[in-house]
Amino acid sequence: MNEFASQHPLLVVVLPKVVILLFVLLTALAYLTWFERKVVAHIQSRWGPYRVGPHGLLQPLADGVKFLFKEDITPAGADKFAYFLAPFLAMSLAITSIAVIPFGPTGLTIFGQATPTGISDLNIGLLILFAITSMGVYGVALAGWSSNSKYPLLGGLRSSAQMISYELAMTMSVVGVILMTGTLNLSEIVTSQQGFHWGFVPRWNLIGSPMPQLLGFCLFFTAAVAETNRAPFDLAEAESELVAGFHTEYSSFKFAMFFMAEYASMITVSFLATILFFGGWLSPFPQTPLFAWTHYIPAAAFALAGIALIAHGVRYITIFGRIVLPVLGLALFGLGVLFGLPAVIAFVQGPFWFLLKVAIFLFIYVWVRGTLPRFRYDQLMNFGWKLLLPLSILNVVITSLAIAMAQP
Amino acid sequence: MITPQMAVFLVLAAATVAGAVSLILQRHPIHSALSLIVVMVALAGLYLLQGAEFVAAVQVIVYAGAIMVVFIFVIMLLNAGEEERTNISRLARFVGVPLGIVFLFEVAYWIGRATAHLGTTPPEMVSTRELSSLLFREYVFPFELTSFLILIALLGALVLARREDSD
Repeated sequence: MNEFASQHPLLVVVLPKVVILLFVLLTALAYLTWFERKVVAHIQSRWGPYRVGPHGLLQPLADGVKFLFKEDITPAGADKFAYFLAPFLAMSLAITSIAVIPFGPTGLTIFGQATPTGISDLNIGLLILFAITSMGVYGVALAGWSSNSKYPLLGGLRSSAQMISYELAMTMSVVGVILMTGTLNLSEIVTSQQGFHWGFVPRWNLIGSPMPQLLGFCLFFTAAVAETNRAPFDLAEAESELVAGFHTEYSSFKFAMFFMAEYASMITVSFLATILFFGGWLSPFPQTPLFAWTHYIPAAAFALAGIALIAHGVRYITIFGRIVLPVLGLALFGLGVLFGLPAVIAFVQGPFWFLLKVAIFLFIYVWVRGTLPRFRYDQLMNFGWKLLLPLSILNVVITSLAIAMAQP
Repeated sequence: MITPQMAVFLVLAAATVAGAVSLILQRHPIHSALSLIVVMVALAGLYLLQGAEFVAAVQVIVYAGAIMVVFIFVIMLLNAGEEERTNISRLARFVGVPLGIVFLFEVAYWIGRATAHLGTTPPEMVSTRELSSLLFREYVFPFELTSFLILIALLGALVLARREDSD
């Protein structure tokens, strides 16, 4: 098998990784919608999806089937090429961005071939992510224009103007991190955040030396929320403002593709924020023998979740839930035991901490959506150009000053 | 014997030429703009083949991601409609197009002869670090001058776009 792998590295090593990551990403996308509906509902003192499957867990499946079976309408006078291109462009670009994200430390070997943990490890990984984000504006602009209708045109224009304005602030706010790490390679940015101040405070870029990137992180996250057209910056697709903005005239699966593209770019931004400011796949605990017990945290977390789910599931209301939830709990418990095995435990550390941090950022995204009121469009543009951009330039200046003064 | 390098080059070059030809032949300006975007992205791929990774990424970010967006905004806002197809004149059909093709082959021949001595080995990737040390040490004066040029263009556009009566 190893010889076959060295002859056809693309087939044996890269293709399975791509397939697995794509599958995981698309499932995560679907369940992110469930997560958002549940969290926003609980913020608003109600339950959210509860009846479609136990705890609403089959809601994404029901929504997906609904979108597939709806009638696919093309408005009269729509520019057919651009009308079909826009959702395809939006979704394919948003999903491509997973190709450059490192999920764990390098040094993984599959069948004897050394590969990065992640699909690829590019020297300009960060620039590629920004290139993909900047091409994402076309999905919105073309969708708005090609629908041959007033509300989508206005919504599309506003959305795309908003996206290109906040793109500037987003990329400038990251320059501080690039200055401190001296590389555009995402894996190297993560490994440069290894080590701990005073033995127990991690050296993540948020509290890095010579200049903590707190301002940079706040600017980046704000600009990224605006870039992905999420609340409180979602005027262009708010129901009460422009019907539904640029995706008004889209139905069935094309609408679902826009939806998925928006959640995929949310996930990409969370990936970026973890990697750039929060140490990526690094554990927050020091890697000394004193803290060796922290290696069992993934196993313990999954096992406890499994037991809790079994205990809750056997007393659930519906019979279906009384079968499915304990089985799910058992699967989680089994995973927990698997992560505790000595052969797997070293491999599972990186991805576990990475995905935990990403999940926290996604929760913050949804939390912000459920809590804050919307910006008006002129307030939004003023905020981007007159506050975020000058602050990000200031961040660059201060960071360069700190780096220059820290040099002997 | 076609190496993977050459296969990728052929695909990207074909995409560039196809995009450029489509740019001229499309009737609707938006479709022309979309073809130009295809040309820009294919050019970025060609830069990557030559080992210029930073230039390729910046080509996509700046050209395809910002400049072409402004093109598309203008076309959308001006609501430019489809052009109508008129009959090509007889002079163009019988003299112009054949002469154009002859010119094309002649230029291709001379370029091929002039660059025949260049090898086909794939070049080294130029890292961003090397590029930036060149840009900020030896070529810092043209770099700063270019930024001045862009500032002047920006100011000129602002002045031209102001309404005359708001003076």
